[in-house]
Amino acid sequence: MIIFKVENLVKYFGGLAAVNNVSFEVQKGEIFGLIGPNGSGKTTIFNLISSYFPVTSGRIYFKDQDITAFKTHKICKAGIGRTFQVVKPLGRLSVLDNVIAAAFARVQTKHEARDLALETLEFCGLAHRKEILAKSLPIGERKRLEITRAMATKPELLLLDETAAGLNPSELDTAIDLILKIQDRGVTIIIVEHIMKVIMTISDRIHAINFGQTIAHGSPEEVANDPAVIEAYLGEEYAHR
Amino acid sequence: MKKYAPFLLLFILIIFPLVIQNSYYQHLMILVLMWVVIGSGWNMIAGYTGQVSFGDAAFFGTGAYTAGLIASKLGLSAWWGMAFGGFTAMAVAFPFGWICFRLRGAYFALASLALNEICRHIATIWEDLTEGMVGILIMPSFLSKIPYYYIALALAVMSVLMVQIVMNSKWGYYFLSIREDQDAAESLGINTHHYKMISLNIAAFLTGMAGSLFMNYMGFIDPEVVFSLHDISIMAILVGIVGGVGTIYGPVVGAFVMVAVHEFFRTGFFGFFKGLAALTGSEHLTVAAKYIGQAHVLGFGILVVVVILVLPNGIVGDWGKIIRKVIPMKTKGVTT
Repeated sequence: MIIFKVENLVKYFGGLAAVNNVSFEVQKGEIFGLIGPNGSGKTTIFNLISSYFPVTSGRIYFKDQDITAFKTHKICKAGIGRTFQVVKPLGRLSVLDNVIAAAFARVQTKHEARDLALETLEFCGLAHRKEILAKSLPIGERKRLEITRAMATKPELLLLDETAAGLNPSELDTAIDLILKIQDRGVTIIIVEHIMKVIMTISDRIHAINFGQTIAHGSPEEVANDPAVIEAYLGEEYAHR
Repeated sequence: MKKYAPFLLLFILIIFPLVIQNSYYQHLMILVLMWVVIGSGWNMIAGYTGQVSFGDAAFFGTGAYTAGLIASKLGLSAWWGMAFGGFTAMAVAFPFGWICFRLRGAYFALASLALNEICRHIATIWEDLTEGMVGILIMPSFLSKIPYYYIALALAVMSVLMVQIVMNSKWGYYFLSIREDQDAAESLGINTHHYKMISLNIAAFLTGMAGSLFMNYMGFIDPEVVFSLHDISIMAILVGIVGGVGTIYGPVVGAFVMVAVHEFFRTGFFGFFKGLAALTGSEHLTVAAKYIGQAHVLGFGILVVVVILVLPNGIVGDWGKIIRKVIPMKTKGVTT
């Protein structure tokens, strides 16, 4: 079942096409990888989906509903959570309060919000840090807080924007475990990632873009062996070996 | 101990006018309580929601004029202003917030400054309605200060409780999220524009109520008094900053300190310069004594610099720091 779909997405910044005619469909329950070199438009696609800026043209559908014109907060309420590549912790609040604020998207009373937040912190492995101010967390745990906060809004679709970047190898393994655990809960995931170890191991399907345009899509093996992808990452001479 | 401090303070405030019969001190305490209300309102929008407002006088003046006009135009008691003042202030806040919350940070602050000036000019120029610079004079209802004192106290307690209840609810978490990161807040399903409006309207309501109280108590208002940038808007910010931005009891402490500082300057250091001039017979000191009373804005400026350097989180916010500074001094004093 297709849960999420973008059709002919286009975004111009002035005369520059940051995203140019990108279309893809995401199946319910899968991990969908979005890859591409720096500046290829991955984060822009996320920002278009979560409506941080308006699309130039194209349509976005979630659960057969056209959400292109939804405001950012309504996108969240509709069931799409996201994390930020440049983490945005609510710095002077405790980790727990960060997650409680998110939990209020689904529950009304403080008691319920606290319960949901504690449960989510436990699930994401951040419960031992709950009393600490978010700004004093190290980067690895800040990334984890981003995921925890998004999970507390009970999303059906989760957009992960480079949540593995800047992590050390052992943190990387726990991050992968967490993402797979989230998938087990039935949450569909779209992940933007540079670290190939992560994206190749966990993605069910991958969509590769460069200069805002689709260059390949398919299973991780297919995409990894695609000449256009190799060219985009390593340069033309490697593509034809 | 800390848990009972608010109740102790409330008890002291309740018995204060019965113990201290001096009407000058009672007058100062009424002002302090009024500033607790205004400071709590400012703290709500600026301290907790992070939308710094330089325009509190717009709401204060609207509340004051509501009470004044009810008395002068409709011939009713000015106390009706207490019922409507908060709502007319919200009526000013609503369109202002609707438009200006598209601005962020310093730009919103500048817009609120403009709102302050617009209101002051309207009140000055629209003489048919407001009597312009002549102002509005009403007969005070009570000769004694004690009724005013208890009304102000009730209003102050209501404001502090209101802030406390709101900050413990969903709204409170949403306000803090908006302060910390507006983009992150949006991604968590928070309609930031909507919740900024709620916060601003709570602030406007409290400030408008304080304005109505001011009209009833002082018996006289004119645009320069109630729409004053430095005596109302800036003073509200100082009450917040000195007491502690984003703390429940910050405005309470800030109101005490700022009313004292304001009075200190207004009276020329409690008549110190006047006394000195009379004692020495120096002409220069006589002139200085005259001007020092008008220099309180300069004093405010210096105070802000000192507070931001020494206590960036205000007296309540940095209370732990103050205690640590004081206690080693004490122990040192004991050993030597």
